[in-house]
Amino acid sequence: MNYIPQILFAIILLAGIGYFASNIKKLVRNIKLGQAIDRTDNKSQRWANMARIALGQQKMVVRPIAGFLHVIVYVGFIIINIEVLEIIIDGLFGTHRVFASLGSVYNFLIGSFEILAFLVIVSVTIFWIRRNVIKLKRFFYSEMRGWPKSDGNIILYFEVVLMLLFLTMNGADYTLQLAGAAHYTQAGAFPISQLFVPLFENFSESTLIIIERAAWWLHITGILIFLNYLYFSKHLHILLAFPNTWFANLNPKGQFDNLESVTNEVKLMMDPDADPFAMPEEGEVEDVPEKFGASDVTDLNWVQLLNAYTCTECGRCTSECPASQTGKKLSPRKIMMDTRDRLEEVGKNMDANKGVFVDDGKQLLNNYITPEELWACTTCNACVEACPVSISPLSIIMDMRRYLVMEQSAAPMELNNMMGNVENNGAPWPYNQMDRLNWKNE
Amino acid sequence: MSEAIKVPTMAEMMAEGKTPEVLFWVGCSGSFDDRAKKITKAFVKLLNKAQVDFAVLGTEESCTGDPAKRSGNEMLFQMQAMTNIEVLNGYEIKKIVTACPHCFNTLKNEYPSLGGSYEVVHHTQFLRSLLEEGKLTIEGGKFKGKRITFHDPCYLGRANDVYEAPRALIQKLDAELVEMKNCKKRGLCCGAGGAQMFKEPEKGNKDINIERTEQAIETKPDIIAAGCPFCNTMLTDGVKGKDKEGTVEVMDVAELIANAEDL
Ligand code: SF4
Ligand code: SF4
Repeated sequence: MNYIPQILFAIILLAGIGYFASNIKKLVRNIKLGQAIDRTDNKSQRWANMARIALGQQKMVVRPIAGFLHVIVYVGFIIINIEVLEIIIDGLFGTHRVFASLGSVYNFLIGSFEILAFLVIVSVTIFWIRRNVIKLKRFFYSEMRGWPKSDGNIILYFEVVLMLLFLTMNGADYTLQLAGAAHYTQAGAFPISQLFVPLFENFSESTLIIIERAAWWLHITGILIFLNYLYFSKHLHILLAFPNTWFANLNPKGQFDNLESVTNEVKLMMDPDADPFAMPEEGEVEDVPEKFGASDVTDLNWVQLLNAYTCTECGRCTSECPASQTGKKLSPRKIMMDTRDRLEEVGKNMDANKGVFVDDGKQLLNNYITPEELWACTTCNACVEACPVSISPLSIIMDMRRYLVMEQSAAPMELNNMMGNVENNGAPWPYNQMDRLNWKNE
Repeated sequence: MSEAIKVPTMAEMMAEGKTPEVLFWVGCSGSFDDRAKKITKAFVKLLNKAQVDFAVLGTEESCTGDPAKRSGNEMLFQMQAMTNIEVLNGYEIKKIVTACPHCFNTLKNEYPSLGGSYEVVHHTQFLRSLLEEGKLTIEGGKFKGKRITFHDPCYLGRANDVYEAPRALIQKLDAELVEMKNCKKRGLCCGAGGAQMFKEPEKGNKDINIERTEQAIETKPDIIAAGCPFCNTMLTDGVKGKDKEGTVEVMDVAELIANAEDL
C-alpha cells in the first residue's frame, strides 16, 4: 500500500526518460544522414569555445537586455534543477527532503533556488511582453507564423508554471513546518514562498498536505513533460548548444571550403599528362558521379544538420542580415528552420518505411528554399557573427548555390555573364587581360 | 600627376635577376574600374614614397576567382586559383599586399589548400606597418578636425577580424574618427559581396547600399572612408542617391594618406 506512490513515481520517471531517449536516438540518426566532415581538430580551442559561447553565453550579452534576462533564466533553470535530484530520490525512496541533513548548506540552497525562481518568473514575464505586447520585429517574420510562434510562448508558460509549482510546494511545506506537522521536518529557507504563509495559514493540515503533494507531483511530472517537449521545440537548443558550439567552424569566417571533388577534376583538366579516359587504378573503387553542392538535406554535412536542430529561432541572424533588413525574401533563420523541417520530414518518411527513405518527390531546394532567397545573400557573414550558438546559415546558402550553378547552370543571367568574363578574360568585366596594367600610364 | 609612378612588373624584375620583397596584387577592380584605379595609384605613390621594393604581375594577373566562388561556381574558382598559383609559385612569391579585401581573403584563406601559401596582408595593414617602421610619416594637418567614419568591408572585418589597422591610420590623420551604429563585428554590408556587385539585387523595399549610406550619414561625416573598391562604388552611389555628393566624400584609406602627403 505504502509503496504505491513510489511505484507510480518510478513508472512516470521511466516513461518520461524512455520516451526522451527514443527521440534523441531519432535525432542522432537524422543528423547522421548528413555527409561526413571532420570537426575534431584543435580540441582545446573547441572546449574553450563551448565554455565561452554555450556555457558562458558570451554572444547572448551582445544585446544586453535580452542577454541579461536570458542568463537569469538559464542559470535559474539549470541550478534549480539540482532540486530535481532531491525530488527523484524522495520519489523513489519515499523520503521527504532527503538533503535536509545538510543543514545550513541546505537552507542556503533552497533559499537561492527560491530567489532564482522568482527572478525566472520576472524575466519570463518580460520575455512574454517582448513577444506579445511590444511585438519585437524579429519575432514577426513570415517564418514565425503558426507553430514557431506558439512554441515560443508555450516554453514561457511552461517555465512560469514550473516555477510557481516549485514555490507553492515550498510555501505549503513551510506552513506545515511552522505548524509542526509530522514528517515535515524544519529544513530550508524560504525567502519567497514564505509570502504564501498568510494565505495558507488558515488551511487545515490535511488540505495543506494535499496542496504540497499535488504541487510536488505536478512539478516533477511537468519537468518530465517539458523534457519531452524539447524534441518538438526550438527549446532543444538548451542541450544542442553544447555540441553545436564544440563542432563549429574554427577557420576565418571568410574562408569557404574548397570542394575536394572539384579539385580532383580541375587537376585532371589542367594536367597535360593526365589521361581522362584512364581506368581507375586497381583496388580503387570507381566512384559514383559526384553531386556538386546541395539540393536536399542529405547533401549537407552533419554539422549543418546539427545546426538546424540547434537553431533557437531567435532571429538575431535575420535582424542583422542586410538582405532581410532591406525587405528581400531571404531570412537566414528561415534557412535553418527549413533545413530542420525538411530533415524531420525525411526522418518521418524513414520511420514510416522501415528505416528506408522512399522518394517523396520533394527536396530542400524549391519545396522549402527558393533560388530567389539564395541569390539575395551577400555572403557578408553577419548571420554567422550574430548567432548565439555558432550556427552558419551562410554555409547552407553556399552549398545550395553550388548546386544551382554547377548542377543546373541556373545562375542569374548577369552572373553567367560575369563568370563568362572571368573564364575568358580573367576579370568579371569584359576587359582584355592584356590591358591590366594600362592604369599605370593613364 | 605630379611625377611618374614606378610600377615594376614581376617579369621585369625577374629579367634583372631581382626578387621584390612584396607583390602588389592589384585585382580586377584596381586594374579596370575607373574609381578603383585612383586607389591603386594612390597606394602605389605611397609605396614609391616609402621606397618599398615591390612589383605587380601586370598582364600575368588574373581574377582570383572570388566572384565565381561566391556565386557557387567552385569549378571556375579552382581553375582560376590554380592558374594564379602556378604564376605566383613560379615567381616564388612569399608576401602579397592587396587593396581589395576580396582578393585578400581568397588569397589568404582559400589558396593554401590548393597549393598556394603566402603571407597576405591588406593594404591598410601594410601601410600601418610602414608607419610603425618609420618608412612613411603623415602630417595630419589637412584632415585636422574632419569627421571621418570608416565602413568595415565584410571580407576584411568579420571575415578576417581586421578592424584596427584602417582605424589606426585614420587616427594618424588627426581626424575625428566617428563610428556608425553598426560597426566592426556588427558592420552592415555595403551590398556588393557574394557577387552581388555584378547583378541586380533581388526584389525588396530598399537597396542595401542606401541603408548603409544612411547609417554613415547619421554620423554627420565629412568623409566616409572605405577599404574596398566594391564598398567604395556602393557607398559613392549611395551618397549620390542621398544627394550628398556636395558635402560627403567617399575615399579609400590609402587615398586619405596619400592626400595628407600631397602625393
Ligand atoms: S551572409 Fe547572407 S544570409 Fe547571412 S547575413 Fe549576410 S546576406 Fe544575410
Ligand atoms: S541561426 Fe542562430 S541567430 Fe539565427 S535564429 Fe537560429 S539560433 Fe538565432
